[in-house]
Amino acid sequence: MSRSDAYITGIGQSEVGMRLTRHPLLLTVDAVREALDEAGLSIAQIDGVSTYPGRSPALLGFSPVGADELIDALGIRATWWRRRRGNHASQLGAVVAAALAVRCGQARHVICYRTVYEAAALARPDEYPMQRRDRVDGFSQWTAPFNALSAACWTAQYAMRHVKKYGLTREQLAQVALTDRANAMLNPRALVREPLTLDEYMSARMISTPLCLYDCDRYTDASTVLIVSAGDAVDEVSCTPIRIAAMAGSVERHSWDQAEWMACYPTGADLWKHTDYTPSDVDTVQLYDGFSFQVITWLEALGFCELGEGGRFIEGGERIALDGELPLNTFGGQLGAGRLHGFGFAHEAVVQLRGKGGARQIAGDPRVAVSTSGGGPLATALLLARD
Amino acid sequence: MRTLPRLDADNRAFWTGGKDNELRLLRCKDCARFIHPPRPVCRYCLSENVAPEAVAGTGVIDTFTVNYQKWHPAMEVPFVIARVAIDGAPGVILTTNIVGCAVDAVDIGDRVRVTFEQQDDVYLPLFEKIA
Ligand SMILES: [Zn+2]
Repeated sequence: MSRSDAYITGIGQSEVGMRLTRHPLLLTVDAVREALDEAGLSIAQIDGVSTYPGRSPALLGFSPVGADELIDALGIRATWWRRRRGNHASQLGAVVAAALAVRCGQARHVICYRTVYEAAALARPDEYPMQRRDRVDGFSQWTAPFNALSAACWTAQYAMRHVKKYGLTREQLAQVALTDRANAMLNPRALVREPLTLDEYMSARMISTPLCLYDCDRYTDASTVLIVSAGDAVDEVSCTPIRIAAMAGSVERHSWDQAEWMACYPTGADLWKHTDYTPSDVDTVQLYDGFSFQVITWLEALGFCELGEGGRFIEGGERIALDGELPLNTFGGQLGAGRLHGFGFAHEAVVQLRGKGGARQIAGDPRVAVSTSGGGPLATALLLARD
Repeated sequence: MRTLPRLDADNRAFWTGGKDNELRLLRCKDCARFIHPPRPVCRYCLSENVAPEAVAGTGVIDTFTVNYQKWHPAMEVPFVIARVAIDGAPGVILTTNIVGCAVDAVDIGDRVRVTFEQQDDVYLPLFEKIA
């Protein structure tokens, strides 16, 4: 296999929970160990590290483990590393950057990771204080003074436009949460494993209309690792390599209000410019769902349906079910499996393409999957293939 | 109490225009387009010849949400968050609150007018429906 391709090889995940007491660096090490074991690699073979968004001191639970700490803790001799969010914004941009690095020969095996510790941090404010600022600047100044304090409020406004303009209904939106929860119940590591009914969804309290409680993910403690390997290094790996067949990401205006559409729309269209595959080749989609509505936008953006048709596309839920024509978020998505923050979608695409999904494995020998991350002005899409 | 912006050379005209009851947006003197958020360069023609200018203060609701979640304990809910497309400044959209009416009386396409709420040295541009 040529160096001009990049592959996801080992994948790993720590335990997933809320208010975990295990140190976030150790959760990261747990996920690294699992990924190395699967790939048959040793730390000595790792020469790159990539993460998103890098250690965030002002909001430590959001991202408690920096790439420099991980490199030091594991004794990695890195020839390439990416310690902060760079281009290709959004969580899986860390994988895009690693893929570019291995294709350029800057590294052979790159650990990409995302560690979240938001539930634990909230429970232990002495250890993980939230730095309160007296005043806000940058992007926050345009939303926070109006008490639009959460991405839920920003996303809800895009969703309301779909409600009013395209007739999106709550029953349609519910199919994301219901599908996620049904799949999560088959995933031993999922955060939420109790059933969810349409009645419970419809009677749930509103967060920010039209989004209710079950449309929003919740704080989670976990680490997810994806190892990106160079095409001329995959013969060192013992697991089935999954090729990154195409990748795309875009930011036009880094803003939740000046942009008419979320960045997923140009990103989804761009993805297909980098490949001969088309949407009809895709066996499963793992689409970012920090809020359920984002799935609707990604389905439209990627061309699975027309703009404004996303709600009708998932109506009734049969199409996106585990045994449907386009299985969605087979691990439970962030609404069911936990807020793994983007990395869970690529992790699950690899699981499915390797046929390792156990009770949640989709039928039909899947070979092509899409995974995405990001909302608002951030978007990344990966097309993954088993050759 | 609202979280306030930190005032600087770029944003001061926007956040203090309400003192004179004016909604002020940055405008390029060369290509005449409005630039928001305010920056010392025009994003359309790269001119640095930009200056704040008062606009009419009316607009149209582009989209909105009724927020029910108390993001902090003292927050009074529900309230309306909206994106307002500003008349006379094509492309400029402000995130704001719609005040002075019931939360279920707000819809996309409603015409609104600015009303300022002062807190310390900041004048927040909120909007109310035009009857
Ligand atoms: Zn200009």
